[in-house]
Amino acid sequence: MDKTDMEKTLENRDLMERFSFASRFGLPRTIIAGFVLLLFIMAPIVGADLTMQVGNVINRFSWNAVLVLAMVPMIHSGCSLNFGIPLGIIAGLLGGTLAIQLGATGPVSFFIAILLATPFALLLGGGYGWLLNRIKGGEMMIATYVGLASIAFMCMMWLLLPYTSPTMVWGLSGKGLRTTISLDGFYGGALANFLQIPIDPANGLYFPTGAILFFALLALGMWAFLHTKTGTAMTAVGSNPLFARASGINVDKMRLLSVIMSTWLGAVGILVYQQGFGFMQLYMAPNNMTLPTVAAILIGGAAVNKATIPHVIIGTILYQSVVTLTPTVMTAMIHMDVSEVVRIIISNGMIVYALTRKVKGGSR
Amino acid sequence: MENNNAPLLEMRNIKKDFFGNQVLSDINITLGPGEVLGLVGENGAGKSTLMKILFGMDVIRETGGYEGEIRLNGQAVKFATPFEALAAGIGMVHQEFSLIPGFTAAENILLNREPTKPNIVSQVFGPRLDTLDYKTISQRADQAIDKMGVKISGDMVISDMPVGHKQFTEIARELSKDQLKLLILDEPTAVLTEKEAEALLTSIRSMSAQGISVIFITHRLHEILSVCDTVVVMRDGYVVKEAPAKELDVQEITRWMVGRNVESAASAADVRELPDAKTIMSIRKLWVDMPGETVRNIDLDIKEGEILGIGGLAGQGKLGIPNGIMGLYEAGGTVEFEGKPIPLNSPRKCLDASLAFVSEDRRGVGLLLDESLEWNVAFGAMQIQNKFLKKFGLFTWRDERAIRAVTDKYIDELKIKCTGSKQKAKELSGGNQQKVCLAKAFALQPKFLFVSEPTRGIDVGAKALVLEALKRFNREFGVTVVVISSELEELRQCCDRIAIVSGGRVAGILPATESSEAFGTLMVSQVV
Amino acid sequence: MKRKQTSKVSLKRLLQDNSVPIMFVLICLVCLPLAGYSPAYLLNELVTRMGRNTFLILALLIPIMAGMGLNFGMTLGAMAGEIALILVVDWQIWGIPGIILAMIISIPISILLGLFCGNLLNKAKGREMVTSYFISYFMNGVYQLVVLFLMGSIIPIMHSTLKLPRGYGIRNTVSLLSMRQQLDNLLAINVGGVKIPVLTFLIIAVLCLVIIWFRRTKLGQDMRAVAQDMNVARDAGINVDRTRIIAIVMSTVVAGFGMIIYLQNLGNFPTYSAHTQIGTFSIAALLVGGASVERASIGNAFLGVTLFHMMFILAPEAGTAITGDSMIGEYFRTFVSYGVITVALIMYESRKHRAKSQTGYLLALAQKEEEARAK
Repeated sequence: MDKTDMEKTLENRDLMERFSFASRFGLPRTIIAGFVLLLFIMAPIVGADLTMQVGNVINRFSWNAVLVLAMVPMIHSGCSLNFGIPLGIIAGLLGGTLAIQLGATGPVSFFIAILLATPFALLLGGGYGWLLNRIKGGEMMIATYVGLASIAFMCMMWLLLPYTSPTMVWGLSGKGLRTTISLDGFYGGALANFLQIPIDPANGLYFPTGAILFFALLALGMWAFLHTKTGTAMTAVGSNPLFARASGINVDKMRLLSVIMSTWLGAVGILVYQQGFGFMQLYMAPNNMTLPTVAAILIGGAAVNKATIPHVIIGTILYQSVVTLTPTVMTAMIHMDVSEVVRIIISNGMIVYALTRKVKGGSR
Repeated sequence: MENNNAPLLEMRNIKKDFFGNQVLSDINITLGPGEVLGLVGENGAGKSTLMKILFGMDVIRETGGYEGEIRLNGQAVKFATPFEALAAGIGMVHQEFSLIPGFTAAENILLNREPTKPNIVSQVFGPRLDTLDYKTISQRADQAIDKMGVKISGDMVISDMPVGHKQFTEIARELSKDQLKLLILDEPTAVLTEKEAEALLTSIRSMSAQGISVIFITHRLHEILSVCDTVVVMRDGYVVKEAPAKELDVQEITRWMVGRNVESAASAADVRELPDAKTIMSIRKLWVDMPGETVRNIDLDIKEGEILGIGGLAGQGKLGIPNGIMGLYEAGGTVEFEGKPIPLNSPRKCLDASLAFVSEDRRGVGLLLDESLEWNVAFGAMQIQNKFLKKFGLFTWRDERAIRAVTDKYIDELKIKCTGSKQKAKELSGGNQQKVCLAKAFALQPKFLFVSEPTRGIDVGAKALVLEALKRFNREFGVTVVVISSELEELRQCCDRIAIVSGGRVAGILPATESSEAFGTLMVSQVV
Repeated sequence: MKRKQTSKVSLKRLLQDNSVPIMFVLICLVCLPLAGYSPAYLLNELVTRMGRNTFLILALLIPIMAGMGLNFGMTLGAMAGEIALILVVDWQIWGIPGIILAMIISIPISILLGLFCGNLLNKAKGREMVTSYFISYFMNGVYQLVVLFLMGSIIPIMHSTLKLPRGYGIRNTVSLLSMRQQLDNLLAINVGGVKIPVLTFLIIAVLCLVIIWFRRTKLGQDMRAVAQDMNVARDAGINVDRTRIIAIVMSTVVAGFGMIIYLQNLGNFPTYSAHTQIGTFSIAALLVGGASVERASIGNAFLGVTLFHMMFILAPEAGTAITGDSMIGEYFRTFVSYGVITVALIMYESRKHRAKSQTGYLLALAQKEEEARAK
């Protein structure tokens, strides 16, 4: 009898806590959204070209959105934020470099690169997923260091692997890949130039229709997947692994699948980024992709174990707006270029905020 | 200590309700110095609530405090925290160990009360930087161990100790407090071997000889009789019997523990005998490693179409049976369902064989708290039986319309109070959450259903509804139902036969019409 | 206090427990002839690096003792040390007094940052490491804001040699010429061409003694209790959250001192990147010394600093000798530092899981035995 009622009070207390969380949850996102709004309002006032800025945001969105989308499967299956996205990026880089090495050119090389990256993504993702299944609960820290270690390992590989394509290796020694490889003539702009709509052609600003469509296609695919039987099971695993197990779901298999999906999307994501950016960056560069990606999805409203497609879209737009607008607007306003500092504080602050919120359910 | 004639402890007219639900009524207990009081009763009789009140536990204050008066040495006291109770000389040894595994027994005995020596740094920065006085620590620990009268080694690390020694370390920790006058032992012998339990009883006697009063809670009634001066039996929040231990025997105590008014017993008309029914599930040599609910070597046959109840005291293993068979905890032995063996440790195989399980851990295992009712109800059937899916080109999608339809159906049928099928499960009350769990199991349309603690933590109205739904499910669809519950009366209301589990084993199976005393005797028969 | 331990020490277990240090000894042994350094040069380098780094590594011990894992937030202390140094350089206080003043100034900054970090970590129990990792990145942003924008504009900086040409913000490199190796040179002795910075080693020795003494205090005992079981500690009346915060604050303060010792040895520091890798390298060094996430000793710190920096010295030359590319060795040592942390973390997490499944196995076994007996 006593147990009954004590439990009930505890439940009530839990309930109250949850509601107060819900109201607190929006705060940092609201601040960042307000900040972005302010930037947009201030832009014309300080004399920045608003069309140009919006165009830039759209373009940067098209580069980054797929990478952010790569966070979704792992969050859904309860593997937390994918700080191990460098593994996917490495698969993408291998695909890209191999495509060029094998002599593929033009927009087709983009798809060849994806094709070549796929086996690496499956392999790396599979191994990474296997590892994460062994260390449930400690995913984030280990993912971070698996990412860092594999980047350092690949640094050696980029020097040692027998690449020969003259566009990629150092001119002098004839071996070892360059730090930055131009993708002109290969898959640079492969997607963005497809059906592009001019915004401000004088400044080289176009609406990257193809890249946006490509993202839309992947996002639609992800949305559809999450509505299938397997997708439903994956979400349940992330929401409450004990429930999923009791319902006959193979939890480890679902997690493995999600990690492989995330890794593959990471590989595709970096190739999309490169085609927009126009360059392939090797060595320590993949390091700089993790933080913006994780921060973007968190800003979009995702939690450590919940993320949706709208979170991806909103988060990427907000984050890229901050990145694009702060340099011009803030500099004009206070005559200091604090954009880099703002970016660091916002992205890491967002992650720390997400980590210090209580997680319910799965953690027990 | 102005009043030397007053008893050590007096509890007068203690009342406690949880939001209108009376769980303790007019409890009066008196205890003199050096006396040993045995407190017995079924789970839920109110023993632990009473002890929580005495010990000033937070949960009492958070749920609105209590009525009545507690007097210690003639002075009225009201403890706001356990620390105040400790300071006043009350010690409590809980069922769960509260020890630091990497520390020695001595370090644990004097945890946070270590004798220290000041030094220069601590003069500046405060007493937390005093150095520990290891010599005095081990001396004081040894003194406490001596007081207990059982020999354990003070410099042994806890993680290397047998369970019994851990229990004794806990007791020694309470004894090391100089102010200790009253020690509460909450089922201390549950984890002990027979020899260790005997040693504990000896040490209780020795404490009592030194003037320390003891309140001893246990299900092992012969222990009560051998060591206590007085026995207090509680039932449904009342003290139903208080007598000197000399005047009682085990049968009598059992009768007082489970005895009930006639009108609450099952109506005989409802109980079926089903002599011709064939065995649908036969369990042989089942063991289940479920922490706190270990099952040992159980044989059990369940008849097709019946409602079988499994009862027993908490911690005796009744919950381990469904959890083990359904693959949630490691298990061994053989289980045959409709003549075919069911592989253990694989939830999927059980579900495929048309078994279903409503877990006692509603919030942990039973529900997707963060998802909608639709998901909760339809998930199992979708994953196991490919229901609620539709083909759309190459993909198989969730059929949202079918899911909503089935959820709405069960919301209606089970009278689930909610804002709609899209509401999140965590926003419902306990009783309604339980109904969602049932709906989930019903949606699987199983041949066989395990329901574990279906009425735990829900109010009276919901209780009746849940039991009624189970009964209807059994009668209308011929589904075999096994209900596991700590509340015997509830089992007697809905079951045909009731098996009682005691000490991880089936102590006996009786028709639900059998008297409470018969069940009570089985419950305490093999208690470990 | 003597402890009776029933667990036996076997050779296999000894090798298993020390697999990481043994692996590093092997790496160093392979690299040693390849690099081709003279013993005197090697020893000199090693002694210098030990003096430079050991204090920082010791900063990690206290949070491990309090069960908070590897304190990636030690970077916060490093930042506090740097800010203190910048101020002292600006006030033109030279030599040993400058170093001491910098240490004193770093204390309040470290305490403030430690309180901030400790409070956040109390909200992230069970994932202290990843949280402290990102807190250090977050504070790096704040550090940049302060040093790059507020110093010279709001915080007065007198000397333009320190400031960027635009009038505010600190230059990319801060020269500590005036206090370069002042600690190391005072009382230094020369043994066979190897300079031994006696005073620095003395300071390190004092810290070691303090740590040993601290373990025997009430607070130290409380920290060990909190590390093993927060709930039990709380029930016994120990203020768990406060104890944990104190552990982080102490670590941050020690890291601040450590950074000042580290930088006075180098003689100048890159303002915006000196602290970024300090956490990783210190943690890697400690782990190389055989420490784990939940257990670390002073011995681990010394062994670790020796082996790790031996590898650091040897790897570039050895890498060049093998592949003909000097960058390989550089990347190799980065890879090894990350790799060793990765391996330690994996071992820590998987051990937790194994411990869980083991209890289940043992219980099942006991029941089987009983069943057999019943037959």
